[in-house]
Amino acid sequence: MTRMPLTTRRAALFGGGGLLLATLWPSASPRASTGMLVENATAPFAPNAYIRIMPDNSITLILPNIEMGQGIYTSSVMLIAEELCVDLAQIEIEAAPPGSAEITGGSMSIMTEWKPLREAGAAARTVLIQTAATRWGVPPASCTAASGVVTHTTSGRTFTFGELATDAAKLPLPKEPTLKAASDYSLIGKSQHRVDSAIKVNGTAVFGIDINIPDQKIGTVSASPVIGGTLRSLDRDAAMAVRGVVAVLVNEPRDAVCVVGDHYWAAHKGLQALRPVWNENDNAHVSTQTIYDQLHDGLKGPAIIPSPKGDADAVIAKSHATYSAVYQQPMLAHATMEPINCTAHVRPDGCDVWVGTQVADRAQETAADVTGLPKEKIAVHSQYIGGGFGRRLEHEYITQCVQFAKQTNYPLKIVWSREEDITRDRYRPAYVDEVTAGLDEKGHVTAMKHRIVGPAVVARWDPPELTKDGYDEDLSVATLITPYTYDAYRLEFARREAPGVITAWWRGVGGTRGLFVVENFIDELALKAGVDPVAYRRELAKENARAVAVLDRVAKDSGWNDPVPKGRARGVALQFAFGSYMATVAEIEMPTPDTVIIHRVTAAVDCGQVVNPDQVISQIEGGLIFGFSAALYNEITLEHGRVQENNFNTWRVMRMNEAPRRIDVHLIASTEDPGGIGEVGTAAAAPALANAMASAQGHRYRTLPLLSSRNQEKETAR
Amino acid sequence: MQTVRVNGQTHSIDVDPDTPLLWVLRDILGLNGTKFGCGIAQCGVCTIHLDGHPVRACNLPVGMIGERSVTTIEGLDSADPIVHAVKKAWTDLDVVQCGYCQPGQVMAAVGLLKTVPDPTDEQIDSAMSGNMCRCGTYMRIRKAIHLAAGETA
Repeated sequence: MTRMPLTTRRAALFGGGGLLLATLWPSASPRASTGMLVENATAPFAPNAYIRIMPDNSITLILPNIEMGQGIYTSSVMLIAEELCVDLAQIEIEAAPPGSAEITGGSMSIMTEWKPLREAGAAARTVLIQTAATRWGVPPASCTAASGVVTHTTSGRTFTFGELATDAAKLPLPKEPTLKAASDYSLIGKSQHRVDSAIKVNGTAVFGIDINIPDQKIGTVSASPVIGGTLRSLDRDAAMAVRGVVAVLVNEPRDAVCVVGDHYWAAHKGLQALRPVWNENDNAHVSTQTIYDQLHDGLKGPAIIPSPKGDADAVIAKSHATYSAVYQQPMLAHATMEPINCTAHVRPDGCDVWVGTQVADRAQETAADVTGLPKEKIAVHSQYIGGGFGRRLEHEYITQCVQFAKQTNYPLKIVWSREEDITRDRYRPAYVDEVTAGLDEKGHVTAMKHRIVGPAVVARWDPPELTKDGYDEDLSVATLITPYTYDAYRLEFARREAPGVITAWWRGVGGTRGLFVVENFIDELALKAGVDPVAYRRELAKENARAVAVLDRVAKDSGWNDPVPKGRARGVALQFAFGSYMATVAEIEMPTPDTVIIHRVTAAVDCGQVVNPDQVISQIEGGLIFGFSAALYNEITLEHGRVQENNFNTWRVMRMNEAPRRIDVHLIASTEDPGGIGEVGTAAAAPALANAMASAQGHRYRTLPLLSSRNQEKETAR
Repeated sequence: MQTVRVNGQTHSIDVDPDTPLLWVLRDILGLNGTKFGCGIAQCGVCTIHLDGHPVRACNLPVGMIGERSVTTIEGLDSADPIVHAVKKAWTDLDVVQCGYCQPGQVMAAVGLLKTVPDPTDEQIDSAMSGNMCRCGTYMRIRKAIHLAAGETA
């Protein structure tokens, strides 16, 4: 059980691997014959969906994963450029259209594109060299490529790639191009500056919300505050009387209204005047307590048992002692800094959509569904994403935008207010877990049982991926997929779909969910056994060299074995998620039971071969802070089916003054295939912090958010 | 008709005086570098300079600006040593992730260094905590401000 095949994660998020693993190669595959190749049929050399070279030597790379902060444009460009032999400064980049675009999520981009992008570059470079060699009448082996130029090494003659492009396009591409040896890399593994830094610093980067199409109008939206509600009434005249308002629109399912204006403020004032009233349903009776009651109820009764190992019950029954604890986690909003928005122009003969989305294909499909137009008439223009975190794996706002835009003859940009963004989010679900361990005389684990009660997000998001037993494999992260080895282990899943709430992916998905529980529990077992928490984990993970290595490294770098500075406490967490290993130590201070100062976080990461080291560190830093924000705040509550938090004054986010004073990340050198990194830091945050707080206060923190009054209650373990 | 001076140019705009400057900038003048985040001055992504001082544009009615001059991220003078140093520090350290909050962060940082040329961590935190970042780039923002301060010292 030390390693679960990554296909579990792939399967959970990406449709059984078919969509994701259908790589570009060979170039006759469907992906290569759609999208950019068709749209740019005039490009003389477009050997695959990723590369376009023009006679003027302009080189455009078309990137399958969308940039939402994780640095994927930079690392994708590095992978192609490394093999194509061009300089980063020579390259233009574009987001891939539907058909060539991948779903961007689950920390999968580098894992899946690591080989295809390098192969794409290598194949193109091979035929460019071959073309030059043929023109010169020399063997290809006597030519080299660098900086977009092929050189005949002995004579010094050169051709630019642009000069070779038209003829190179006539050659068949090698099916298995030769890739560089790692020792020959000039880009991979060496920190490169982000390709999007300058435009994001000077304000010229275009996010979805910045789209400005001639004649466009701007709308803002109010949807039923209770899921499933429909429009009963509105005051159209009052809205239309607002200066600058041009239209009041109701969508076809009648679950949302849009006021359109010459500018956002007119639309906003119009929406306030519109006063929509909604027909509600049973969901209007749902409160946070309804959801937690249902979850706690699921701790008893039938459950799905995926992949049991041994007879955990029998081993636990025979154990010297047993220990169990219950954990609770709230619903979470995403609240990307860029509020939800989408622009669409629907015409009788076609439709354009400008949007930041992690799912370009779904954007195209939904626009086709709503307009009745064929998919090839829908152009999706992917923009920079001002924060994804799973929110833009959803496409309901694109559906909604097109529902409104099909009623207008002008391009319509919808921009949700922050209140709409938080109260009509699709939320990370609440969960309740119970973990039980059998223990030997020394307090070591003999067997473990872990029951998860909560929704199966994949059941809605990608129904075929729910197993035939009704299991969501995302829940395996940190439970079945763990660095630890147990003689007997049983995971149980009692599915409870939250009433009145639509649940969704949230950064770190199963890892964020599961690690808080498991690493919290392991920590408690260590302390009960009177064993140092690092040493206890090291013993449980001893069959996993990479896990032991990150643990040892973080112990060293954090000064784990040195005395804790006065007034401070430390907590550790160990993980294997998204194909990467990480160990984390948080050093904190709690001046009062309600205040946490995070002084220092130390992390050791083994994510296999690293493409862009500084951006891996950046993702760990940011991922940790995103996770701390949720560990301390970010909770969403419901009353009467309505979300109670609605803007940054009622829904708190970690700010700079609360951020750690210091984060040190060490990357372990590795020759393993790359793992994911975008969600790794987030998953580590809550358990490392909770364990440090437990050490500081002398009682466990089993409920999130950590400063919840529930954590001050009497111990719930038995 | 409202009159407002933005990046050195005077504009007459036909909107109600309660219209926040943010929407005048974005939807009327087409200056999209100033972002919308919350509408209630809680997140700082709409930070602009009003007579050189960082101010949130999302709840600043255009009718209340009067003669004061507005500078947006587009209008920052790159020849200004502090502006140059901040932008360079931001790109040298690759501060940005999604980047949506960063124009506001840059405006706040320039404003800080104009009044406190060599701020401590505490002064940085105090000046910058009104500017949220969901990606969590705070560590690098702090470092970049120190770096920029060093370059202009």
